[in-house]
Amino acid sequence: MYNSIVLVKQVPDTANISGKVMKEDGTVNRAMLPAIFNHEDKVALELALRVKDEFGGTVTAITMGPPRATEVLRECLYMGADRVYLITDRKFAGADTLATSYVLSEVIKKIGNFDLVFAGRQAIDGDTAQVGPQTAEKLGIPQITYAEQIIKIEKNEIVVKRKIDGGSEIVKAKMPILITVIKGAAEVRPPKAKRIMAYKSAKSLLELETIVQGNSLLYIDKLVEEYKDRNLYIETLTTDDLPVDLDRCGIKGSPTKVHKVESVVLAGGNHIRIEPTKEGISKLIDILIEDKIF
Amino acid sequence: MQNKQVWVFVEQRNGKPADVSFELLSKGRKLADTLRGELKAVVIGHNVKDIAIETFKYGADQCFLIDHPDLHYYRTIPYSRVLISLINEHQPRIVLFGATVIGRDLAPRVASNTKSGLTADCTDLQISDVEYLKKTYKELLLQIRPAFGGNIIATIITPDTHIQMATVREGVMQMRECSKPKEINVIEIPFIPHEVDSLVEVIEQTQEESKVNLKAAPIIVSGGYGLGSKENFQLVFELAHTIGAEVAGSRAAVDAGFITPDRQVGQTGVTVRPKLYIAIGISGAIQHRAGMQEANKIIAINTDPDAPIFDISHYGIVGDALEVIPKFIEVYKSKLR
Repeated sequence: MYNSIVLVKQVPDTANISGKVMKEDGTVNRAMLPAIFNHEDKVALELALRVKDEFGGTVTAITMGPPRATEVLRECLYMGADRVYLITDRKFAGADTLATSYVLSEVIKKIGNFDLVFAGRQAIDGDTAQVGPQTAEKLGIPQITYAEQIIKIEKNEIVVKRKIDGGSEIVKAKMPILITVIKGAAEVRPPKAKRIMAYKSAKSLLELETIVQGNSLLYIDKLVEEYKDRNLYIETLTTDDLPVDLDRCGIKGSPTKVHKVESVVLAGGNHIRIEPTKEGISKLIDILIEDKIF
Repeated sequence: MQNKQVWVFVEQRNGKPADVSFELLSKGRKLADTLRGELKAVVIGHNVKDIAIETFKYGADQCFLIDHPDLHYYRTIPYSRVLISLINEHQPRIVLFGATVIGRDLAPRVASNTKSGLTADCTDLQISDVEYLKKTYKELLLQIRPAFGGNIIATIITPDTHIQMATVREGVMQMRECSKPKEINVIEIPFIPHEVDSLVEVIEQTQEESKVNLKAAPIIVSGGYGLGSKENFQLVFELAHTIGAEVAGSRAAVDAGFITPDRQVGQTGVTVRPKLYIAIGISGAIQHRAGMQEANKIIAINTDPDAPIFDISHYGIVGDALEVIPKFIEVYKSKLR
């Protein structure tokens, strides 16, 4: 039996940015972008579920983000996660990777009793690949980054094939360990219809609060109890629930700051137009010969 | 007075130094000169003294050498232990790593421990005074990187922490040997093994020696998604073969299976600066341009006259690649064979 914790993130779909998404000041209008489940995190979840399928144990998914990030947690439930946690608080907003890893490490310590922590190698909105290793350091556990295959798990040891520059290597490690995975590591399973039916109405505290605001006959504590009884409550953690030093959270706890953002400006077209004819190409080749390129 | 040391982690694999580390030393030299500080290299490995000595050709004032059999393979824990203790002791102002698998594994670990700011995958570094939230900061490191899938360029600063760390993409800084090498000044630091080092052991390493060396190619012919199919992409190979060039592709071409990932040029692929880069059926998204815009001469062939690739090209041919390439091959052969 092995217990896994999976770090997941909801990200703006940066692959599909159009003109409308860029604001005039060159910043990105996140609201215009569809929010998606960061793919490599889904692969991480898949690996955790495979460990559970083979050896038993539990899979717990956690995400830090705005209330809307509950969406990816429901997806985790659909795929097979046993428990999910939403970590959300205005005081967490604006966190860089250092502040994020601090809060995540505190959450992981609170959940406790884990053998494996899985995460995607990186999230497509920042592409930093930093949160995994930074979290491992704060937990005081080893890490394997760029994992592409779990080869073997036996007792408290795991053997993993990972990508390195210009090749690959096989490493043997003692658990507990944090592993970040690359997209080729596994084909992600589709959500199960039965689980979608079971969990589509699972709700986080913030979503239940919204329901209460719209209905004076409901009380939040009672509603939470009711959802807990029906196994539909998504655990929601804020700064009140965690032993965190607020100076190390959110923008306050982030040493890196964005000083300037520019949308990409092109140099402007000063190129020489060559006709797509034999004569045109002949002239171009002459120029290149002249320049000693050919 | 605050110290103004600029440090570069010099990466090696099987005793072979990574190009990016010398690129960073060359850049680090300039940053150290601007700061009127010292440039220091850190070399970790086994039997790597030669690499330590090589750092002085690229401008290092001093090199810390940590040489021990346990450090033969890169492993996160012993390498980060060494670096963390050195950094805690010396408090450098700037620490640079290559944005390689090793650099991206090591740097966040070290930054997390030392609570330093860390910016990933920078494409430019500058020193400048900065006005931030109505406060003036002297001589900060501007860490410039594409963000948001390459749609914006962000300048990141670390105003309130002494140690500023960054990983830098391979190939974007120019490697330059100093006209006069620095005096050799190697400080050997003893390595004390600890039981935590063996929590992860390397069992086996396979280097897939890639036959492709895009970085060294003087001419590159690169194809994009615009070619439409793998069959059409063969024309790119044919042209490259004719003119003695290497073949590359955009990310879209790689994703579509037209060409293998080891030939991808761009933000998530290789950065190249050849004498000539011929971009065929490549629209020229920022991610791609980031990997090739430093080429000496760029020729773009595209059916769309408004394709952004033309904005950074020296010569542009608006036309169908399937017609233009055969003509190019024919004319080339008639002139040069």
